[in-house]
Amino acid sequence: MRSLYEWITALSAWIIPLMIVFIPLYAAFRKVPVYETFLSGAQEGFGTAINIIPHLVGMMVAISMFRASGAMDMLASLIKPLFDQFSIPSEVLPLGMLRPLTGAGSLAFTTELIKTFGPDSMIGRIASTIQGSTDTTLYVLTVYFGAVGIRRSRYALKVGLFSDLVGFIAAIIICLFVFG
Amino acid sequence: MVNWIWLFFIVLSFVAAAATGRMEALTEAAFEGAKSGVTVSFGLISVMVFWLGLMRIGEDAGLLRKIAVLLQPIVRFLFPDVPRNHPAIGYIMSNMSANILGLGNAATPMGIKAMQELQKLNPDKDTATPAMCTLLALNTSSITLVPTTLIAIRMTYSSAHPAEIVGTTLAATLVATAAAIAADRWYRHRSGKPPQWKDRGSSGPGSKRQSGNAEEYAAIANDRSTIGSVGGKGEVVV
Repeated sequence: MRSLYEWITALSAWIIPLMIVFIPLYAAFRKVPVYETFLSGAQEGFGTAINIIPHLVGMMVAISMFRASGAMDMLASLIKPLFDQFSIPSEVLPLGMLRPLTGAGSLAFTTELIKTFGPDSMIGRIASTIQGSTDTTLYVLTVYFGAVGIRRSRYALKVGLFSDLVGFIAAIIICLFVFG
Repeated sequence: MVNWIWLFFIVLSFVAAAATGRMEALTEAAFEGAKSGVTVSFGLISVMVFWLGLMRIGEDAGLLRKIAVLLQPIVRFLFPDVPRNHPAIGYIMSNMSANILGLGNAATPMGIKAMQELQKLNPDKDTATPAMCTLLALNTSSITLVPTTLIAIRMTYSSAHPAEIVGTTLAATLVATAAAIAADRWYRHRSGKPPQWKDRGSSGPGSKRQSGNAEEYAAIANDRSTIGSVGGKGEVVV
């Protein structure tokens, strides 16, 4: 596992510089005016990023209010008995609710858990696995659909939240099994 | 659904804040949230500008189409309604590879660009197509080989084995992704005939039936390409 990890991190370190060099070089051979083409694509990127602002502001306001109001703690206390039943550390429960909503918020929460209980504790391991195994569904939805102006997302959010739930449960079970 | 979630958050927050006496904190949180929305968007500007610039070079050089041809089998399975050799597929594959390698700031711009390409095939610009939902599902559950941020945090708090969660994370992310793909498939079938790009041929203004997929796309792409992308150029997709 160790050597595979090192191999992959090395690849990650090389891949972007290689792309930055290879793509324009290949294009130059194909007689593409590289810098002008870069500018026309970059121009589009700027507009897209600006288009996303209202979507992100709207979503972040709601999530920020949800966290500050204590509503999340109330919901967590409703689910807690279920966790106790299966003797799962309920400290990770708020993380499961936070993960699909805010990437920065759940990362802060994970860091807090690791700091409090130690990275090699069961809670620390479960929290690390939950945080690393999925992306922030609401953010991805807001940014990706916001960028193209999709307003009716159909079943996309349900699918995202369902996979978050499955990932959350899987992370707990796998950690209890592997480290237990 | 998003409407309801949004309303749910706001109403529930108000009720909870009223019950716990945190109204001042609630006001502050609302404006904090708005601020961080703008901060995050501004953070996106640099990566979007840089990556979309670089990827435009790749697109014009025909690289994306090459990738699309190479990875045909996987894409046929996941995105059956996106035509062969469409640039969307090149962007989708770049997005997925960036996710797998944990290159978050490269994954987002390519995912957005893929969405814009899929939007060109979308007859109803307000409503997501099945292909868009699949792309979103893949990104929300995103498979990552090495969770670099978490390993770094575990190192900071002097873990004996910072990388020991690589295996469990990979297993959990595979389960989550499988669940996402399965759920996406299920909804895709359940929602019956999706709005497809083909349907537009008979209804849209100024569109004409042509033989061959590529030409039809070119027609759609040309008159719709600027939607959703400020300053997008009308590229011909042949």
